[in-house]
Amino acid sequence: MPLVKNATIVADPFVHVAEGAELPGDGAILISAERFLADPEALSRRAGKTGVIWPNNRPVDDLVPYLDRLAAVALVFPTFRDGRAYSQARLLRERHGYDGELRATGQILRDQFVFMTRAGFDTFEVKKDADAHAFAETMKRYSVFYQPTGDGRLTALHRRMQQRHSESAGQ
Amino acid sequence: MYAYDELDRTLINERVSEFRDQVKRRLSGELTEDEFKILRLQNGVYLQLHAYMFRVAIPYGTLSSKQLRRLAHVARRYDRGYGHFTTRQNIQYNWIKLAELPDALAELAEVGIHAMQTSGNNMRNVTSDQWAGVAPGEVEDPRIWSEILRQHTTLHPEFSFLPRKFKIAITASEHDRAAIKIHDIGLRLHKNADGEVGFEVLVGGGLGRTPFIAKTIKPFVHGRDILSYVEAILRVYNQYGRRDNIYKARIKILVHELGIEKFAKEVDEEWKQMGDSSLTLDRSAIEEVRSRFSYPAYEKLPHMPDELKQAAADPLFERWRKNSVAPHKVQGYSIVTLSLKPVGGPPGDATADQMDAVADLADRYSFGEIRVGHEQNLALPHVAKRDLPQLWKALDRLGLATPNVNLVTDIIACPGLDYCSLANARSIPIAQELTKRFNHDTAELIGRLHINISGCINACGHHHVGHIGILGVEKNGEEFYQITIGGRADENAQMGVLIGPAVRYAEVADVIEDIVEAYLALRDRPEELFVDTVKRLGVEPFKERVYATR
Amino acid sequence: MTSPLEQKKIRITGPSMVTANRTWDGAVVYRTAKQGWSTAIADAAIVSTSDDARALLAESAADDVGAVGAYIAPVELRDGGITPGNLREHIRSKGITIDLLPA
Repeated sequence: MPLVKNATIVADPFVHVAEGAELPGDGAILISAERFLADPEALSRRAGKTGVIWPNNRPVDDLVPYLDRLAAVALVFPTFRDGRAYSQARLLRERHGYDGELRATGQILRDQFVFMTRAGFDTFEVKKDADAHAFAETMKRYSVFYQPTGDGRLTALHRRMQQRHSESAGQ
Repeated sequence: MYAYDELDRTLINERVSEFRDQVKRRLSGELTEDEFKILRLQNGVYLQLHAYMFRVAIPYGTLSSKQLRRLAHVARRYDRGYGHFTTRQNIQYNWIKLAELPDALAELAEVGIHAMQTSGNNMRNVTSDQWAGVAPGEVEDPRIWSEILRQHTTLHPEFSFLPRKFKIAITASEHDRAAIKIHDIGLRLHKNADGEVGFEVLVGGGLGRTPFIAKTIKPFVHGRDILSYVEAILRVYNQYGRRDNIYKARIKILVHELGIEKFAKEVDEEWKQMGDSSLTLDRSAIEEVRSRFSYPAYEKLPHMPDELKQAAADPLFERWRKNSVAPHKVQGYSIVTLSLKPVGGPPGDATADQMDAVADLADRYSFGEIRVGHEQNLALPHVAKRDLPQLWKALDRLGLATPNVNLVTDIIACPGLDYCSLANARSIPIAQELTKRFNHDTAELIGRLHINISGCINACGHHHVGHIGILGVEKNGEEFYQITIGGRADENAQMGVLIGPAVRYAEVADVIEDIVEAYLALRDRPEELFVDTVKRLGVEPFKERVYATR
Repeated sequence: MTSPLEQKKIRITGPSMVTANRTWDGAVVYRTAKQGWSTAIADAAIVSTSDDARALLAESAADDVGAVGAYIAPVELRDGGITPGNLREHIRSKGITIDLLPA
């Protein structure tokens, strides 16, 4: 499964550690929420980077105390129909100021890239090779946005008001 | 009319090109049907019995003549020459070919029409009063707020994959023509004690398998905060709405299970955390949207022009005028409803030729503007009273002057088993038969009476809130119909009550006639509406009448 | 899409066919004995046991590009011809039961 980060396909530096499997002493790992919360202090002191796979039915508030020590947060889309993680992503980025890697995992298709990016995701475990290769092209699909989100893109309304302002200033 | 600018047009075109790519990937097998289904639904494409069905949005029910001509063109070029206006200010085409859909969408996009979010588990087309901006006594034109919400809900990055569909309706009149109490969010525009414009927010209404009337969650939310408050509701719903059972996934179930107080508390907590955000609409932002709406240059006209006085001698004209013409906020003008319920016709259908002709009449008599209402009729919103006689003649020739608006033959019906893959029974033939049972004299005598027909429990024909509701069910491979009475969809919305066992297809029209006859005998004066008689007496006398001889 | 689990539950009580809608235009189609699709009900492959019905459905559902939403529907065999076995299939086969224009 290809990984897209910052709009390019990259090798995944993180290892998904299976439930019950022994943790490697170093190297970057992604572990389940239960495992992380069992001993967050120790895990945060690991030599390697630690990231957590956070389920979409658990409030992100529980994760907030550890955000500055996490190298990655992976939010889950069990199917692409299930949109709970979009809210989690926006809360992490916009309310809790999380600025580390925010990864989308699960059934990730190209048709969600724009929504996900706008919600704050920057890393994508993409299901299909063709979709991963189409990432940059897909992100160019839209140039107009109606809603303000933490991604900073100007909304149509703001662009209109700026235009109006510059028109009246030029008179 | 709201004037789309370059940004709106660009976004619609970008959506068309995205959908073109999605269709291409589907036809080449890159996308499975399982994957594609969600994507096509997000753009209004269903798979029905005979073909794909394509639902196009008519935001808050306003169309220009140019747009209506394009809808006619699509009916002719890509479909079978007609379309069906729905209860949510959409038009549906029944015979669209998937491979041709991107071209149809591109043609619609040229006139600012789209199909975004007309189905799927997202925020649907925002609907409003079909008389918005012209009805006397409105707080203000609710379409300004509808448009603000239309933009905000379109391709929303957080709420495009909700637990279930989500419908918002807005009214600014005392009398609710937008059926806000049966919506996921209903918004009633009003002013607070300080004269500021804001909304009563209702939440959790809806029909279907488990019908609920919406409850007030906040009596007043200031206009500037409406986007953040709606966003807070959506965020709570997106996280806590049920996803384990499609029949329990609507927000009405969440509201019901938590209770309105607890739900309101959750929303308030979220709203408080959001604080004064980028969603807060300052005065200039609201003005920006308001400024994009243009209004006709009305003439100063007499209240009672000579043309109207003369035409009053014609009883057929007078019958139509009294039935289909409503007061306008500007003196000398009227709002004219065009009944899409001809005797023996399918409710809500219009042919391409009719659409073209209505567009021409709108240009001549209504400043090029047409409205679409949830009762599945059209309206011309700005007709000078002096033009009413001429307009009537033209509409009559087109079969669009049936004087039955709000009467027993003005039936709301879903497409039913003739078209729909979810239906258990037919709706349209029932409606057709009923329109033949009541002539115009009888219909007038009966007075206001809404019959709503759904071909299955999903309730697209709003049967729960019909004064008389007819619900098609299936028993051992045969069509049966449950009859409810006493429902209503307006500001006093309530669900109808079942009168007894379901009846066979061939018996439905007889049963409805019996109910109506019972009402005529039971009402205490001619002005007592059917629904008020039911309220006064309950279902028993009607039940007795229907089942005594069956 | 019919999952393998659901397919196991399939029981037919009389002669049946598999029908679906053609992907590119949505037209009503019937699975033929030659592992293809036809718009003519006369071309439909008829099965009379639950095992055969399951097999025909599995094979039909596998052609996800050709047609959508395949399912088993009852038929009646009369005078060597195939007639839809219920109202829904009758409407799919013959078209809507209503006159579009008022009488």
